Amino acid sequence: MENLQLVLPEIFLSLSIMFLLILGVFKKNSSRLVQSLSLAVLIVTAVITFNETIGINETKLFNNSIVIDYLSSLMKIITLLAAFLVLIISSNYLKTFQIFKIEYPILILSSVLGMMVMISSNDLIVFYMGLELQSLALYVLATFNRDQINSSEAGLKYFVLSALSSGLLLYGCSLIYGFTGSTNFNVIADQLNSNEYALTFGIVFILVGLAFKISAVPFHMWAPDVYEGSPTSVTLFFTMVPKIAALTVFIRFLYVPFLNLIDQWQMILIFLSIASMLFGAIAAIGQTNLKRLVAYSSIGHVGYALAGVASGTNDGIQSSVIYITIYILMNLGLFSCLLMLKRDNNYYEKIDDLSGLSKNHPMLALSLLIILFSLAGIPPLAGFFAKFYIFKAVIEQSMYFLAIVGLLSTVVAAFYYLRLIKIMYFDEQKEKYDTDHGFWLKFSLTASTLLILIYFIFPSQLIEVVSRINII
Amino acid sequence: MNFPILSSLILLPSIGALFLFFTKSDKKNNFTGKYVALFTSAVNFFLSVYLWILFDPTTSDFQFVEERIWIKDLINYKVGVDGISILFILLTTFITPLCIVSVNNSIKDRLSEFLIAVLIMESFMIGVFCSLDLVIFYLFFEAGLIPMFLIIGIWGGARRVYSAFKFFLYTLLGSVLMLVAIITIYWLNGTTDVVELYNSGIDIKYQNLLWLAFFSSFAVKTPMWPVHTWLPDAHVEAPTAGSVLLAAILLKMAGYGFIRFSLGLFPVASEIFTPLVYTLSVIAIIFTSLIALMQEDMKKLIAYSSVAHMGYVTLGIFTIQQQGIEGSIIQMISHGLVSAALFLCVGVVYDRMHSRLINSYGGIVSIIPKYSILFMLFTLAALGLPGTSGFVGEFLILMGAFKDNFLVAVIASLGVIIGAAYMLWLYKRVVFGKLINTDLKQMFDLNRSELFILSCLAVPTLFFGFYPDPLINTIEVSISDLIDQYNFKLASKT
Repeated sequence: MENLQLVLPEIFLSLSIMFLLILGVFKKNSSRLVQSLSLAVLIVTAVITFNETIGINETKLFNNSIVIDYLSSLMKIITLLAAFLVLIISSNYLKTFQIFKIEYPILILSSVLGMMVMISSNDLIVFYMGLELQSLALYVLATFNRDQINSSEAGLKYFVLSALSSGLLLYGCSLIYGFTGSTNFNVIADQLNSNEYALTFGIVFILVGLAFKISAVPFHMWAPDVYEGSPTSVTLFFTMVPKIAALTVFIRFLYVPFLNLIDQWQMILIFLSIASMLFGAIAAIGQTNLKRLVAYSSIGHVGYALAGVASGTNDGIQSSVIYITIYILMNLGLFSCLLMLKRDNNYYEKIDDLSGLSKNHPMLALSLLIILFSLAGIPPLAGFFAKFYIFKAVIEQSMYFLAIVGLLSTVVAAFYYLRLIKIMYFDEQKEKYDTDHGFWLKFSLTASTLLILIYFIFPSQLIEVVSRINII
Repeated sequence: MNFPILSSLILLPSIGALFLFFTKSDKKNNFTGKYVALFTSAVNFFLSVYLWILFDPTTSDFQFVEERIWIKDLINYKVGVDGISILFILLTTFITPLCIVSVNNSIKDRLSEFLIAVLIMESFMIGVFCSLDLVIFYLFFEAGLIPMFLIIGIWGGARRVYSAFKFFLYTLLGSVLMLVAIITIYWLNGTTDVVELYNSGIDIKYQNLLWLAFFSSFAVKTPMWPVHTWLPDAHVEAPTAGSVLLAAILLKMAGYGFIRFSLGLFPVASEIFTPLVYTLSVIAIIFTSLIALMQEDMKKLIAYSSVAHMGYVTLGIFTIQQQGIEGSIIQMISHGLVSAALFLCVGVVYDRMHSRLINSYGGIVSIIPKYSILFMLFTLAALGLPGTSGFVGEFLILMGAFKDNFLVAVIASLGVIIGAAYMLWLYKRVVFGKLINTDLKQMFDLNRSELFILSCLAVPTLFFGFYPDPLINTIEVSISDLIDQYNFKLASKT
């Protein structure tokens, strides 16, 4: 087993989780310690992943059930870094609600572990295991503020609907197993017989399950409620981290075993993509709660990321990865702003609470302005490039309809982003918010805003990073 | 010539804006802030004049070209000027300092932010006029929306939110289709470099759709009838300096785009769609002139007159005659000067009386004579009186139109009469007549900065009216070459 070091990150992470759990149980009042240790664990795991797995050729382990390649390593590192940032900026929020407990970082670590397994999976069973591991942790995270009825409702809703979708997904797995005789992605690819219509059903069921996890329309119903009810820091986690893993599985599941059936699944993905982009843009217009609005906006953004996957080319996959990376950056900034809307131990999350922000907190408003214009995809900000690469990949495949609908829905989406800007800049000012946000929150806001702003100066770097992704 | 003069022109205002951003803004610093902005834009103006002096008008090649790898294997940052674009750069750098001087009287709140927005706007607009890559062009073209949205929305009038949204969404809607077209061109030709695309031509099968996609963007921006409705709203609500930027420079981006991209890249499609452009232009000229006649609000009247003037511009461009296109460019420059001046004239009386309604004025000639004289000059320039730059442009356009299509030219000429009617009627109602509103007696005449701005605009208006040679010399070769290329490609069907 000379290749065991390739799964060292996962091994290290699971051992750390167990250790932290024991530490938390036996040592009283150790939440701060566990938090710091978890942060260290995330960084160390990222470093190990970088050292051990970046740059090696595609390797399959454990009876070909796990695959380590550039895509998986890159996505793992993005996941770990995103989780690190979420964890580090959420401590103030948790302390305010007195839910700064040891379970929080440990749950985040376990869901990250689940995602890492998902990202590396080359087998339906492994993939399902990873998915359930991350989902179970996420259910608990959603209810983390258990004294608040909203939070409990969010967790329960998420649990019930997610269990249903997992059931569908599992049914799809069993269908595929029934028709190909294997759960391994490569064996499935070899056994593929495109005349088996039932196989298409299997794909559809699995896509439904995945679309649910990534909150693509029409399986998005849970997202607004869960995003609104969960604690804001958990919402931040929901909008960013699980999407990376789900997108990777989308890519791997569709491109490794079922590339030959592209005609069958491409239409489904185009539909998911168009529906998400349009619905996300239109439904967000009427929202008054910022977290709900973010939920719809994230539905829209998922639609763009899926458009890249739908193109069926390496370019498309690469553009999706770029999109999700830039989206994470923008979301991080957006939520940093949300976490700053705090006054007297109370967080404000109505759209009207942004009113006149530009007079009271000019720098915060300016950052949010840049982030919102970027989310709307206005050049020269990073969000524009993310969309540009997606549409470049899509148009290269002559999928004009998808491109035009996508671009038109950016216009609709621009409306609600502009509305936030209007409230910040054109409306009357209200009371000031607190300004003592702690270093990391300010850091993440400044860093993400600056990166978004100056991305256009060095756009090649990110492309170079993802250009080594080679699935087909 | 190794000094990157065009990049400096683009970057300099942004650097000024960055500088302003880091200076603390209190009452006293607002003052220095203004001088920083003024200094930056003035330096930029002199730099662009220097560019004009160095410019060689005897060739139609792109000059001062800079090329750097930007996104590897995808897009190069490429800028350069030829006879068509250089005048627009000059116009931009000329108008911006005047805008900055003019904020003295109108912008009271958040002055340094306003100046930052104006300077960044200047950067983007210069970028539009000198970019030689479609993606870079699109980048600058769209980026201009952000500062303009904020200028209208933060410093605008009562219905500013509605107008800012309308402005932003209309233009964005038009532009996204252009993005699809640009990516398609990249996919077809493997490059978005304008010079290479000029040489290689674009597949004839796709030209029509691509042309329409570009047209949708430029038509909204021009604005052409029937997508012009954002312009009056945006003008009425924008602060004076915002209106000036909008009328003088922003509208020219589309006219420039028509010449550079629609004619240059899609000659076959342009030939096919010429009747469409003619029809829309003629409707714009007649219809919006008639609307302008009925306006109560001075700014709205001038805004509608802008639509009509831009109708002449699009008409002239698609005549594909030397005179027509030359006339269009001169008309755009002239309109840039004259409409800027007219908006400033409205701003002058608005700052004093806080009303833009025509019927609240009347008989002010005896109270503020200097103002009345300058206002008259610009009114006459707007209606195209010989001896003003407006005449040169309109005359050349109509000459080109008569060569190409008699009927269109006749109708367009009728528009000149209506144009004269609404401008003169406006002037008559505001300046002459009985002094009914006694509040007007407290008005004071132009102060030094206003006089300075308006004279700055008056001098080139008159100078180029009598002696348009410098302008024509600059653009002549580039245009004749453009037309030759156009006809050549049309003949060989590429």
